[in-house]
Amino acid sequence: MDLNYTPEEQEFQNEIRCFFNAKLPKQLSLKVKTKKRLAKEDQDQWHKILNDEGYLNAHWPVEFGGKGWNAIQRDMFDVEANAAGAPRVVPFGLNMLSPVLMAFGSKQQQEHYLPRILNGTDWWCQGYSEPGAGSDLASLKMSAVRDGDHYILNGQKTWTTLGQHANMIFCLVRTSNEGKRQEGISFILVDMDTPGVEVRPIIMLEGTHEVNEVWFTDVKVPITNLVGEENKGWTYAKYLLVHERSGIAGVGDALASIEHLKHIANDQKKDGKPLAQDPMFAARLAEIEIDLAAMRTTNMRVMQAASEGAPPGPEVSMLKIKGTELRQSINDLTRRALGAYAMPFVSEALDMGSNEESIGPDYANPVALDYFNNRKTTIYGGSNEVQRNIISKMMMGL
Amino acid sequence: MDFNHTDDRRMLADMASRFVREQYDMETRHKYAKSEQGFSPETWSQMAELGLIGALFSEEVGGFGGTGFDISVVFEELGRGLVVEPFLANLLAGTVLSTGKASHTSLLENVIGGELLLALAHGEPASRYTLTHVETTASLRGATYVLNGNKAVVISGDSADQLVVSARTSGNIDDPTGISLFLVPANTGGVHVRGYSTIDGYRAAEIALKDVSISTDALIGVEGEGLAAIEKATANGTLAVSAEALGAIEMGIEMTLEYLKTRKQFGVPIGKFQALQHRMADIMGEREQIRSALINAAGYLETGERDWHISALKNLVGRSGRMIAEETIQMHGGIAMTWEYAVGHFAKRIIMIDHLFGDVDHHLAQIIKLGRAA
Repeated sequence: MDLNYTPEEQEFQNEIRCFFNAKLPKQLSLKVKTKKRLAKEDQDQWHKILNDEGYLNAHWPVEFGGKGWNAIQRDMFDVEANAAGAPRVVPFGLNMLSPVLMAFGSKQQQEHYLPRILNGTDWWCQGYSEPGAGSDLASLKMSAVRDGDHYILNGQKTWTTLGQHANMIFCLVRTSNEGKRQEGISFILVDMDTPGVEVRPIIMLEGTHEVNEVWFTDVKVPITNLVGEENKGWTYAKYLLVHERSGIAGVGDALASIEHLKHIANDQKKDGKPLAQDPMFAARLAEIEIDLAAMRTTNMRVMQAASEGAPPGPEVSMLKIKGTELRQSINDLTRRALGAYAMPFVSEALDMGSNEESIGPDYANPVALDYFNNRKTTIYGGSNEVQRNIISKMMMGL
Repeated sequence: MDFNHTDDRRMLADMASRFVREQYDMETRHKYAKSEQGFSPETWSQMAELGLIGALFSEEVGGFGGTGFDISVVFEELGRGLVVEPFLANLLAGTVLSTGKASHTSLLENVIGGELLLALAHGEPASRYTLTHVETTASLRGATYVLNGNKAVVISGDSADQLVVSARTSGNIDDPTGISLFLVPANTGGVHVRGYSTIDGYRAAEIALKDVSISTDALIGVEGEGLAAIEKATANGTLAVSAEALGAIEMGIEMTLEYLKTRKQFGVPIGKFQALQHRMADIMGEREQIRSALINAAGYLETGERDWHISALKNLVGRSGRMIAEETIQMHGGIAMTWEYAVGHFAKRIIMIDHLFGDVDHHLAQIIKLGRAA
């Protein structure tokens, strides 16, 4: 047991800190730290900087042009990125589709799509959920019917994050109604410029446009866009869910958020003294810090096991539950730290350089928005209730 | 970073684990607990031979361990068996003694060999968990100190051959300075020991000191500067009982898991019910949090971050440990309410550990006081 970084890990940490210092544009980190809206151009700019340095796909295996970073290194990068105020990299192409293509895609698909993900030609979004298929994803209905060299797609996907920016979507579709529901699902790649694809915004409760509905009406997709074998799509999607352990706890985000909360709590006053010194508030904050310190180590334990090739187990689900609940509790306490100033909301002031001034302290405007927006975290990626089902199934086999 | 134990430590854990598994079933444990001494001297000797006491102390004082991970590994296994032999008392008093002069540290050899039993008499009826609160006095009269006062809930205080006693040689009741430590043979005149059982099956004692005369040689360390040694012993002890709690938690969870798979109601194993599945998933998550906090506290035991991580650990053990203890009983149902079924005994130990060295609220207040060091 050794809680200290090895000399190699320290060197690695230095290297990435230097990178963020030198290459993360100040304007961009200011936007992130003050929680302004990020435009597609901001994402593209950061994507390119990361790609130029080879950090964008550093976690890819060396044979696919990556650096073969292990889970610990990825995690360290995530923590430093959050501390520096780097934009979150959009994960759909880079972290979700790519591993599936590497494992199950054809040589042609790999050679065509992987470089385009890196150079930013393609912006991918994910077509899994449907209006009738949420936690029960295997009940999905969107159909793909073979017609010569094409599939004809009909149906609807939903909760498509940043689909408004995307030109490509990877979908789970039904290619068979025979046998088990899971065995009739295929994994297919769709160009969103194809006639019959329509993206409609869904405005979330806090007023932001983050997710979309995507409608498919007689959309013609070449059969070469099928990944792997027909009716094996469920296996591919699951492969991703169980192998994607890094970042699931959101440690980097939690650490940055709690620092932000402390800054606010020291600035806000209660009875003339910093709120941070109020016993009730201090107790709530202390409890979160205790939980976070433990979760950080739980996360590193899981990452080390992953780096050593241990098969994924129920701890991935445990991390998802603990990580999301903890971050929600930080959001909740941050909201309460503001007192009445949690209420005013000037949407325009979320845009950098807007002439519209926010009300109250500078940091107040996005806080309640974050609180409401992050209610999603315990719902997406397999709701926390589904995660509990997974844990008990693994532990009890019932 | 490395979360794997060294080979030596894994062997230590395996050995302790095997001993507990093979020679310390619940029936045996209850028999020892109910015996006159409240533990088995033969078993204590065997455990000493296996090196389980030596693992708690550093090489300088004759042991072969003494780091946070040595302590946590041993006590986790002890927790799995609810071992009643006086490991905790000897860890506490031994840690204080190891800060003393050669004539004191040399006694640790006998402690490690299992021939000499110690106990730390520090807490008092009104001290609660405040380490600086010492009302007991020691006044120097010529070449002797005279001790007067009352010591409360002294762990294994009734079996100790020698007591490590804290007493105030100067200052006010809550001053950090002015606390001195003395090695007092339990049979010294004026030492009145009233031993008793605790609800979870361990032994403790109320100790009254009435004009107890001891030589100045009995002073451990420097007069008036005993607090650091008490803090060190308490940190070790807190780590130890937290590890013990984790061992008991592991057992409670194993038993509950097994029960959910086998107990049938409404025609199916009760583990089929989602109401129970989700609670099981939650307590397993909390167990991982406790294990992580234990690793942190063990790893930072010898650093400036010791107190923060010790308090974080103890708060979490108190908070999540209670949830787990209560859930293991609730998910079992009536059977867990019986003496005969072991899960309740594990739960009792987990809950009572909240009362050793500070409970959930005490350690939350400590965390607030310390601020975040890391």
